[in-house]
Amino acid sequence: MKYTKDHEWLRVDGDLVVVGITEHAATALGDVVFVELPEVETVVAEGDEVCVIESVKAASDILAPVDGEIVEVNEKLTENPGLVNEDPLGTAWFFKMKLDDLSVLDDLMDEDEYNELIG
Amino acid sequence: MAEDLLRLGLHDLHVAFGGKMVPFAGYEMPVQYPAGVMKEHLHTRAAAGLFDVSHMGQVILQPRGSYEAVALAFEALMPVDVLGVAQGRQRYGMFTNETGGILDDLMFANRGDHIFVVVNAACKAADIAHMTAHLSDVAEVVPVTDRGLLALQGPQAEAALARLVPGVTEMRFMDVAILPWGGVDLWISRSGYTGEDGFEISVPNAQAEGFARALLDQPEVMPIGLGARDSLRLEAGLCLYGHDIDTTTSPVEAGLVWAIQKARKAGGARAGGFPGAARILDELANGPERLRVGLRPEGRAPMREHTELFAADATPVGQVTSGGFGPSINAPIAMGYVAAGFAAIGTRLEGEVRGKRLPLAVAAMPFQPTTYKR
Repeated sequence: MKYTKDHEWLRVDGDLVVVGITEHAATALGDVVFVELPEVETVVAEGDEVCVIESVKAASDILAPVDGEIVEVNEKLTENPGLVNEDPLGTAWFFKMKLDDLSVLDDLMDEDEYNELIG
Repeated sequence: MAEDLLRLGLHDLHVAFGGKMVPFAGYEMPVQYPAGVMKEHLHTRAAAGLFDVSHMGQVILQPRGSYEAVALAFEALMPVDVLGVAQGRQRYGMFTNETGGILDDLMFANRGDHIFVVVNAACKAADIAHMTAHLSDVAEVVPVTDRGLLALQGPQAEAALARLVPGVTEMRFMDVAILPWGGVDLWISRSGYTGEDGFEISVPNAQAEGFARALLDQPEVMPIGLGARDSLRLEAGLCLYGHDIDTTTSPVEAGLVWAIQKARKAGGARAGGFPGAARILDELANGPERLRVGLRPEGRAPMREHTELFAADATPVGQVTSGGFGPSINAPIAMGYVAAGFAAIGTRLEGEVRGKRLPLAVAAMPFQPTTYKR
């Protein structure tokens, strides 16, 4: 698993990358009540706002962690946004991306580095 | 945390219970505890929640002469019947300005030989100055700085509080009483701001932590933060000062006509005679230009404060003033102001969320039925 400073995690799954938010982020957001997912086949650049996530407290964006194409989204989150709080690292993934070059993941944080960030 | 924030008397207790402290109205306040806003909200509706509202202003209006003179002078600041409030009873009111806007909303009680007032934290310095300027001839305006204020809200609030203070079972909605606990006087009102039955309890600072802990020891009671306080009052259709009401909104526009008693309306025994009476009486007679309404987004996306509202033909008609997710409704809810022609329940509008126009409808408030013990 790789991590970004925006509290997203990335997991390689075959030739795709699965993206979600960390437990730390889910806890900080509080109870998630609404998730808006991107369209599949959207080509995104690192830092693009791709999802909206609303908790009882506020709205936040999920940014594309790297350049690539959104090839699949987790529709279960639209029906059951609370899944983000229940299982952020597992069943509550947000989208899968196709990357030109998986080696860009090498620049991201590993678990130890991420844990140090959130201290 | 900024240095200049004030700390509540119960600060250490909030931290001990895992409260996440945030700045609010100049204080460090718990926005939530580890259970989170959703669970805290639902617990309050199902059992009982304890809120620390010690940031709010408690003020005594002590008559220099007669009580009646103070009641009449207080009436001159509000479109509210103060004189008609019986001893031991509390009423909702609001200070108005010369243009009929609202300076603050408040609760006041007839406590026999004086009036007890509770005002919003963010407005309390201005409110005290306002009362001092207008009431000093007839009353001493005494800010109460040596007491905290707790709210215990929910269907099991009475059962939990009655174990400590048996006399509360005799009280009904908007009664006030002074009852003993642990050798001190508690100033109790049967009221609150969640739509639930419950109590607000003023307790001397020195005993506040002991009393709060005694309440939290009751099996029904859980500490509740500001986050759930906001979602609870939104479901109950209650206004938050500075958001749903302010110096530009009149009580009539705000849908607070129920708080303007007959005595102060045209033809009443003491009609008018409050700041902004010309506008407020005109709006009562002819209707306001805009109205505060409940709003139900049709989708799942919350429509938050400042969301712009449009009619079906894209004409701008108003704005959301409070909005979010209603945990007990399990749907997004909001309130806001719309032009009078669009205020009928069921009127379909659109709200602009992140550049998209999404459907919503004007809805009746409260969203969640109230359970006051009348």
